[in-house]
Amino acid sequence: MKARVWGCRGSLAAPGPETLRYGGNTSCVEVGLDGGSTLVLDAGTGMRPLGVAIDRPEVDELHVLLTHLHMDHLQGLGFFRPLFRPGVDVHIWGPPSPVQSLADRIAIYLSPPLFPVGLADIPARVTFHDAPEREVAIGRATFRAAKVTHQGPTVGYRIEENGRTLVYLPDHEPLPGGRVSDEPAEWISGHDIAHDADVLFHDAQYRDHEYPQHIGWGHSCIEHVMGLANRSGVRTVVLFHHDPYHVDDELETLLAEARKRWDGPDDGVRLAHEGMTIELDGEGVRFEA
Amino acid sequence: MATSAGEPKSLPLILARELGSNLATPMFLIDAAGTLVFYNEAAELLIGRPFAEVGEMPALDFGDELALSDSDGSPLRRRDTPAGIAFFERRPAHKLVVATGYDGVRRHVEATAYPLFGATDDMHGVLTVFWEAREPADGS
Repeated sequence: MKARVWGCRGSLAAPGPETLRYGGNTSCVEVGLDGGSTLVLDAGTGMRPLGVAIDRPEVDELHVLLTHLHMDHLQGLGFFRPLFRPGVDVHIWGPPSPVQSLADRIAIYLSPPLFPVGLADIPARVTFHDAPEREVAIGRATFRAAKVTHQGPTVGYRIEENGRTLVYLPDHEPLPGGRVSDEPAEWISGHDIAHDADVLFHDAQYRDHEYPQHIGWGHSCIEHVMGLANRSGVRTVVLFHHDPYHVDDELETLLAEARKRWDGPDDGVRLAHEGMTIELDGEGVRFEA
Repeated sequence: MATSAGEPKSLPLILARELGSNLATPMFLIDAAGTLVFYNEAAELLIGRPFAEVGEMPALDFGDELALSDSDGSPLRRRDTPAGIAFFERRPAHKLVVATGYDGVRRHVEATAYPLFGATDDMHGVLTVFWEAREPADGS
């Protein structure tokens, strides 16, 4: 499979000269499976340029895997060109709620006055699914979801194909107020799906000294993400969901702090940036940009 | 949803344990398979031994070790304890029980248990909070 980052900013789009190197679009990652299918991880503002790139006639089925419905993970949906092409099948997966269906919750955004086009007026064939906690097969690939600690119903996704595993946990506070490195792995939120991943995209919103002012906000500090990665046997960590106030230079300081907490080689920890492309195949994991 | 030692726990259990770890109110957790998976430091004072020493065990065995009885001294079946009612009948329950801790001290304990249902109504286990009660004046 091949993953490409179209947006890795957290909370709010943050365009500008100080965020050029890592990008200002919010969460969206394209995963092209070897079998030809395309998964789209989250629908942040990065989904708009992705939609332009894949607006081709041969793309007639897409799976959009939503981790949760906060606006920075949903706002691109209304600007995703394949949704406005009749004949395209778009499957939208998201966390279940005990109160409202996934479609009803998404329709809160895709309806006036928040958005001019209602969900029922979208030309593509859209099907909604609860994020599956058991594996779902797409060709020879599988994916599954697991609920994780964040604000409101939220899941992470584990995608496996040809012996490689990519895990996506963009919004996650594994142990609110606690130190992940001190906990047994089985008691850490996210361990269930992150264990032994070849590549883990993970929330890295706060530097450690910023975290005490943000306990319970649903995001990780560096100790959290690196503690989880170390405890779960992850091979490569991609720091994701950059705080909108973290300009490029500060992100690079954050990266250095993360590498100090990492049990592996330095190149096993990287900052996500728009355009980052990762190939996972029988030969291993390769970063192409 | 069943878990055992070393297996990843479900999110409701993780969150319940995190809550309990930050409370001065004694509490213990049973998972959906009926295994005692955690009690907090406050509970250690009443149970008489740290959880790290006791470890995970079937809740049935845990109840036996505490020699649970009704306030009148008659033995309590597992399914009649607050945790048992919450587990088997999937509803909250409250009761005054008598328990003998690992330290050999017999205590009257008020216990309230409720089942943990996930977002899709799936059962993840039972959370029980408890606290030492004043013994009744007649000593029963």
